[in-house]
Amino acid sequence: MTQLSALSKTPAARREPRRSSRALTLNLIAVVIGLVVWTLLATVGVQGLPTPLQVAAKAGELIADGTLLDDALASLRRVLLGFLLGTLLAIPIGFLMGWYATARGLLEPYVQFFRTIPPLAIIPLAIVLMGIGEVPKVFVIFLASFLSSVVATFQGVVDVDKTLINAARVLGASDRTIFLKVVVPASTPFILVGMRVGLGSAWGTLVAAELIAAQEGLGFRMQQAQLYYDLSTIFVGLIAIGVLGLVMDRLLLLAERRLTNWQERR
Amino acid sequence: MSTKISFKNVVKTYPMKEGTFTALDHVSLDIADREFVTVVGPSGCGKSTLMSMAAGLVEPTSGEVLVDGVPVPGPGPDRGVIFQQYALFPWLTVRKNVEFGLKLMELPADERRRRAEHAIELVGLSDFADALPKTLSGGMKQRCAIARAYAVNPQVLLMDEPFGALDALTRVQLQDQLLDTWSQEQRTVMFITHDVDEAVYLARRVVVMAARPGRIQQIVDVDLPYPRTEEMRLSPEFARIRNEVWHGVYHQPQAA
Repeated sequence: MTQLSALSKTPAARREPRRSSRALTLNLIAVVIGLVVWTLLATVGVQGLPTPLQVAAKAGELIADGTLLDDALASLRRVLLGFLLGTLLAIPIGFLMGWYATARGLLEPYVQFFRTIPPLAIIPLAIVLMGIGEVPKVFVIFLASFLSSVVATFQGVVDVDKTLINAARVLGASDRTIFLKVVVPASTPFILVGMRVGLGSAWGTLVAAELIAAQEGLGFRMQQAQLYYDLSTIFVGLIAIGVLGLVMDRLLLLAERRLTNWQERR
Repeated sequence: MSTKISFKNVVKTYPMKEGTFTALDHVSLDIADREFVTVVGPSGCGKSTLMSMAAGLVEPTSGEVLVDGVPVPGPGPDRGVIFQQYALFPWLTVRKNVEFGLKLMELPADERRRRAEHAIELVGLSDFADALPKTLSGGMKQRCAIARAYAVNPQVLLMDEPFGALDALTRVQLQDQLLDTWSQEQRTVMFITHDVDEAVYLARRVVVMAARPGRIQQIVDVDLPYPRTEEMRLSPEFARIRNEVWHGVYHQPQAA
């Protein structure tokens, strides 16, 4: 009886891949339709709009002379450095805030206040204080990913099921064991969601930071292209930003699935 | 028989906006060694609070809770607790869940493994030892939680409405299984429930509690021999005791 009800749950779990392959087909159809509409708009003569083929040719050109790769690497380096620093600091601080009421009381006003300021609004201040080199850009990205990860981690710790903590406690677990063996794994899903949000906001912040002052990077390249009315390059830049953002998000999603496979999906 | 758990004049109050809320009002109860006691009562009668005190998760406002004559110092592996909501660690397999308490005892790996196997076998989950909780049904989850409590070999089992969330059939199966293991390795059991049938079927004594303020209304002896059987459930004697308990729970005089 009980075994049957356990087994009957598996087909529902198996349905997922089939559904996603159907969704994938629909996604591809949508992309093709989008390209056709774009081509039509460009040929009908929307002022200055390049066709997909022109953009592809431009992309080939930028790839061939190494510009695109250099720009993408420059942007990725900034975003990953800022994101890693932000996350590495956010996780311990989030745990502190969730676990110790004193730490929460001291840190929460700052976290909640800075969270309401868009990181982009910090850029003018960062440039004045830190110059126009790499530091202010990485700092702004750091701030963006720190703030989303810290709130998620903190929330994850606060939301840990109290019964799980009691279950560990009655088995004789010390506070230290409860923290390491219960609180940390139980809040992992929250942390990973926070990291994904953080990466998204870091990526968005990066391009804006590069628009202001940079010598290379995808944002800088688009800024240059704007001066020369070079729409193809702008399109290449936009697509590269989108594709890289999507790839990074999917990688984190994959890690999330791997690490939190144990979660009951409701 | 010697006394295993002893509640002496236990009071528990919670501060409210105005005045205090009395969850337990001078409750005294002795539970003998290896006795199976069920506690039944309407919601808000403080039955779970009483059990949590024996577990060391809640402290009495006044009065004493003694285990083996010593005041409860806090939670400990000598008293296994089983929660209504299973409280399995969802990221651990059945085996790892059962081994959780054993690891804290710092047992050697092979001893740990052996005791976990034994506990898992006892509750009939051997085929699911490497499954994650999310793949188990409610009844299997609760059996895993019971195995986790058994594994550390506690002398006392504290069960807080453990079968409350299960369907009727699974509940009866788990009741029989619980009695079965209890008769093999007798421990002291304090079992909280709101199900009168369950209370009578399992226990040697049924403690009936009343609400507002939480107190003991009466204690009903169940003079039915173990092992309990299905026929006993249908016997006139069972019906008589059941009626007595039912009356105690649902026709309580209003407190002043």
